[in-house]
Amino acid sequence: MELDLLSSLYVFMLAAFIGFEVIRRVSPLLHTPLMSLTNALDAIAVVGAIILAGELHEHHAVLARVLGTIAIVAATSNIVGGFIITDRMLKMFKASGSKKA
Amino acid sequence: MSGLVNALRNSQLPLEIIYLTASILFILSLKWLSSPTTARRGVRAGEIGMFLAVAGTLLHRGIVDYTWIAIALVLGTVIGIPLGFVHMTAVPQRTALSHAFGALCVTLVGTAEFYLRAPDVPKFLMAVLSMEVILGSLTLTGSLMAAGKLQEVLPQRPITYKGQNFVNLSLLGIAILIALMLVMDPSRTYLYPLIVVIPLIFGVMMIIPIGGADMPTVISLLNSYAGLSAAAMGFVLDSKLLIVAGALDGASGFILSVNMSKAMNRSFTNVLFGAFGQEQTTAAGKEEAKPVRSATAEESAAILAAANKVVIVPGYGMAVSQAQHKVRELYDALSKRGVDVKFGIHPVAGRMPGHMNVLLAEADIPYDKLLDMDEINGDFQQTDVALIIGANDVTNPAARSDTSSPIYGMPILDVDKARTVMVIKRGMSAGFAGIENPLYYLDRTLMLFGDAKGFVGNIVRELSGGGHA
Repeated sequence: MELDLLSSLYVFMLAAFIGFEVIRRVSPLLHTPLMSLTNALDAIAVVGAIILAGELHEHHAVLARVLGTIAIVAATSNIVGGFIITDRMLKMFKASGSKKA
Repeated sequence: MSGLVNALRNSQLPLEIIYLTASILFILSLKWLSSPTTARRGVRAGEIGMFLAVAGTLLHRGIVDYTWIAIALVLGTVIGIPLGFVHMTAVPQRTALSHAFGALCVTLVGTAEFYLRAPDVPKFLMAVLSMEVILGSLTLTGSLMAAGKLQEVLPQRPITYKGQNFVNLSLLGIAILIALMLVMDPSRTYLYPLIVVIPLIFGVMMIIPIGGADMPTVISLLNSYAGLSAAAMGFVLDSKLLIVAGALDGASGFILSVNMSKAMNRSFTNVLFGAFGQEQTTAAGKEEAKPVRSATAEESAAILAAANKVVIVPGYGMAVSQAQHKVRELYDALSKRGVDVKFGIHPVAGRMPGHMNVLLAEADIPYDKLLDMDEINGDFQQTDVALIIGANDVTNPAARSDTSSPIYGMPILDVDKARTVMVIKRGMSAGFAGIENPLYYLDRTLMLFGDAKGFVGNIVRELSGGGHA
């Protein structure tokens, strides 16, 4: 358990550093799509919600099922909506001279 | 085929490999977002990673009932599709709403996780779980409040009262104290609801004093909180993939918050607890009405047509009056006459980071004409006309020179260095912070009074019709 947490901390620390370095390079031009994309990726929390709603629980089974189900709805709407709007926004960014859509 | 399914069901290794692949795809997704030419590939990578992770999880051997999961996935998709197709002007409130949804998911899963594990919750786990739930709850209501203000369902003006900061900080302090008590002894389950409810209240109180122009910072900050709470959830569930995604989101929100604060020359604490609004009455009242020069659409069109180099500075006013398509027509009309037209965009113009870029891109203005403050500021000295559409404080030269100004030190667009400055504005009322803008009284400044969309439309008509001459 202790070791698990420690390795989780390593993962968090490394991911945060990668995040800083990668995201620092994103042009201010794309900061709005950046926010909607990271928001969609963040909705990977749906994985936890799916396990919560679908696993067998001895106690609090109803609570887990209900909260898990609502959580899946919330996260899924972020995944679907987030990817759609990010792509819609990015499609609009065109360089000079490129043909109009 | 059933052999493959069974193999996948019987070992966790394939699932872990799928999660690892998804993590890599998520990082690549953000890396490709660094340039508009590769950005859409980034979205594809994110989608594939997401699909792999969700499909892999559905094959997770512990899942016994798919009915509710299926219903929830369908329902989430049904809600998500319209949220993906909102109008571009509604993107800030949509973003705030999606932070709220993300936070809702995290808070609910954390709550269920607590009751499933209590009373035997290890100390470290309880601490992370508390962080997950506190950040999740305050982000939930905070984002809903922000979305309400942006949608103008709630008043945009900051609401302040005496002792506000004390009340807010006390609420947060109490929530943290209760979380500590739970860490000491997780069997006190009766305390748990408090670390949800108190941060929910704090989230509302936190946004009450925040005005519209502070929204870019606040949305970024809420974005960061949403990411951190998801990462905390990853610790609780021991999911490295979730930790990675949460850390990326947290880092992104943090970088954007820092950018926004820098662009306003304010600290986080100042944005959250500073209440800019207090300056309003004093600053606006003391100034005498000074003479300004105004011009008509016809005169403006003539000056613009004679210029070689024009920089357009858009602000929230352009978004409000939906003038971006008329601005595009102006851009076309001037470009056709050989005028070099560029756009100068301040980081905090609009209601969220990058807001102006999205609106102008929507209007089909090439992105290489959209320049960041640092890129454009050197150009103003060689600029014939700086045309300001619905922006105010970000062009206020008092930020450079007047130490008594509340925005002193804030980096601004140096529009006053251009040969002629044109400001499209409804009237002489002060900007969001109620600060006088000396720019309007300069000899080289022409005030164009009217609605942004209407006025730009009139200029375009003058330019294309050749005027009445």
